[in-house]
Amino acid sequence: MPEKEKNVTMMKPGEIAIIAGFTDAEISAKLMEMGCLPGAAIRFNFKAPFGDPVCISVLGYELSLRLEEAATISIMN
Amino acid sequence: MSSAKPTKIALIGNPNSGKSSLFNFLTGLNQKVGNFPGVTVEKKIGYTQLPDAGSVEVIDLPGVYSIYPRSLDERIVAEALLDDQSPDSPTKVVVVVDATNIKRGLLLLTQIIDLGKPTVLVLNMMDLAAKAGVSYDFIKLSQKLGVPVVPMNARKGEGIEILKKELSKAESSSAQPVFPIWEEAKVPVQKLREQFHLLNDYQAYQFLEQPQSLNFLSKEKQQSIEQLRQQHGYFPGKFQGAETIQRYGYIQDLLNEATLKQADFAWKNFSHKLDKVLTHKVGGYAIFFAVLFLVFQSVFAWASYPMDFIDGLFADFGSWLSVTLPDGALTRLLAEGIIPGLGGIVMFVPQIAILFAFIAILEETGYMARVVFLMDKIMRKFGLNGKSVVPLMSGMACAIPAIMATRTIDNWKERTITIMVTPLMSCSARIPIFTILIALIVPDTKVIGFFNLQGLALMGLYLLGLMAALVSAWVMKKLIKVKERSYLMMELPTYRLPKGSNVLLTLVEKTKSFVFEAGKIILAISVILWVLASYGPGDKLTNAEAYVMQETANMRLTEDGLQDRIAAYKLEHSYAGLIGKTIEPAIKPLGYDWKIGIALITSFAAREVFVGTMATIYSIGSVSEDDQNTIKSRMNQEINPDTGEPRFTPAVGLSLLIFYTFAMQCMSTIAVVYRETKGWKWPLIQLAYMSTLAYVSALVVYQLLK
Repeated sequence: MPEKEKNVTMMKPGEIAIIAGFTDAEISAKLMEMGCLPGAAIRFNFKAPFGDPVCISVLGYELSLRLEEAATISIMN
Repeated sequence: MSSAKPTKIALIGNPNSGKSSLFNFLTGLNQKVGNFPGVTVEKKIGYTQLPDAGSVEVIDLPGVYSIYPRSLDERIVAEALLDDQSPDSPTKVVVVVDATNIKRGLLLLTQIIDLGKPTVLVLNMMDLAAKAGVSYDFIKLSQKLGVPVVPMNARKGEGIEILKKELSKAESSSAQPVFPIWEEAKVPVQKLREQFHLLNDYQAYQFLEQPQSLNFLSKEKQQSIEQLRQQHGYFPGKFQGAETIQRYGYIQDLLNEATLKQADFAWKNFSHKLDKVLTHKVGGYAIFFAVLFLVFQSVFAWASYPMDFIDGLFADFGSWLSVTLPDGALTRLLAEGIIPGLGGIVMFVPQIAILFAFIAILEETGYMARVVFLMDKIMRKFGLNGKSVVPLMSGMACAIPAIMATRTIDNWKERTITIMVTPLMSCSARIPIFTILIALIVPDTKVIGFFNLQGLALMGLYLLGLMAALVSAWVMKKLIKVKERSYLMMELPTYRLPKGSNVLLTLVEKTKSFVFEAGKIILAISVILWVLASYGPGDKLTNAEAYVMQETANMRLTEDGLQDRIAAYKLEHSYAGLIGKTIEPAIKPLGYDWKIGIALITSFAAREVFVGTMATIYSIGSVSEDDQNTIKSRMNQEINPDTGEPRFTPAVGLSLLIFYTFAMQCMSTIAVVYRETKGWKWPLIQLAYMSTLAYVSALVVYQLLK
């Protein structure tokens, strides 16, 4: 088994990463329309008070995602 | 072919791209709100003057990220663009793109270009782009895309003349398709084009990709698409992701050539700092509740003056009519049915206008998205969505616009639950009932020095409504077994100052739709109620005066006192009175008699009628706001013949308060739920569950306290 893949929910505020791929086809179609493309740089901004949703920067704008949505985005540093 | 059709311009763009600002600037007050055929998604249509082309129609379509819809709102865009027969099918499209966010906006643009529609690209918010230090080679952009490019600042109207000039040019598209249809799709696309007489590959491709979103396709057409798909091993959404990647690739190449200077995001620093405060663990919620408090203070405090004024105006007009016009059924219908009915609608305009002004400001500034962000997790626990906050908040003014505001919720289950529980939020029509009943049973004293006990009771009722809404939502979440994925995926726009004219136009539009939509129904119901309350079997009503004279012959009543008695006598013997007496056995366990029964009946269609009916039953002729003390004292003096005690004991008062907190008692809400859910199922379930909740709670309260 390879090491568990990193995803957006594991990022810390201020951290920057590159999108590696997606684990959910349905969500990925929507995420890509919003500019979350494989190879795009994202920055993790902050979490909502109960830890969910989270706010990331992508394509130069701020996008909020639920944890379950963020978890489908695999990243590489 | 399109020359036969009159020019029709559609505005399309991402949410927050400034599309509405542009629409407002193009059309000004010259706009109206209608519905798209078959659905209740609002469509805004306006007219604008073009040089050489005269007045042309402009449609403002809902904000979308792509032609693949995610919610009810968004589906409209795909349908307007793909259905050539649609009355909303535009002859020209203006794609509005936020210049600080150009890539995401260009994705949508390339899809529109591929549909072959004559297109103009508006690069909006150039002022912010300048602040961000980004600049583009517009000529190169225009050459490469094959569409005119108009840089604008739509809030100030900068660039509008150039846009109008572009729009009055002949309709033709010189743009080359951006996205070549996949090899696998070429054959079915060709077949579809021949079969359905489509002019464009990408249009046919969309039919193949997402027939389920296109309501205009007949059953036979859906079936033949399905057949084609099976023949070619094609399933919906198969290539959507790959198409997006290809388009973004094209856009990246394009921008590599056309960008003169890259953006730097230092201008957003203020926005980021603001987010640190406004989405803070403690501070974020504290600020949100402070904002809510301010909104409701204003709604109740500021609106009361114009409301009293309107109320008085209609009352005066009604009595003026009854004096001026010759006496007869028509005059009385006008003076006692229609005019007060109209007054009942117009009276709520100030509250609705103020509430929507605040909501528009919160949305314009970008704060509303943060409220959704803060509340999403909590709301989901109750089967709702962060986006349910806006409807629930609006529900405190009036459930009708609130239910219309649920359209932004893309998940069917969450939207339905939001619609179902919104009427439990205490709306402004409950205020008069609450006020008079609280005054009756709660002493006007202060507790802990400065809290007014009556004020606390009122707040308690609001909280009770909110809690009932959340608990009901939670129950429905468990009951409705639909597995549909729910998404948030929402942009948090950069904070901006609100623009006055946008706020003004929003509140005018919302208020108008309330007055006309709800108004029709309230008016019809008030006429029916007037008939029920004015006519009755036998001669009791026509000869009411003689009967009352007989009964009270030795009571030496004043003229006013006599008139009051006659009015009460008439109501007692009318059809409404009969119904009241018929239902008495059912409401006795709640502590009500047939007189309260009449008020329950008359206020079934609109709860605010309760106070007026009470006033008539306890024979206080015409009642205005100032006379509340007299209603109160009359109600106080009313004796329960069974016990010899006052009729309105705390137990009865509280039972009535609880009943009106939970009961539906609003025909307009039922009508709007019917429209929004497209059937009778949900409004009937809603009526049943709210009435049951009201009845059982009132029963328990009365039986425990009596």
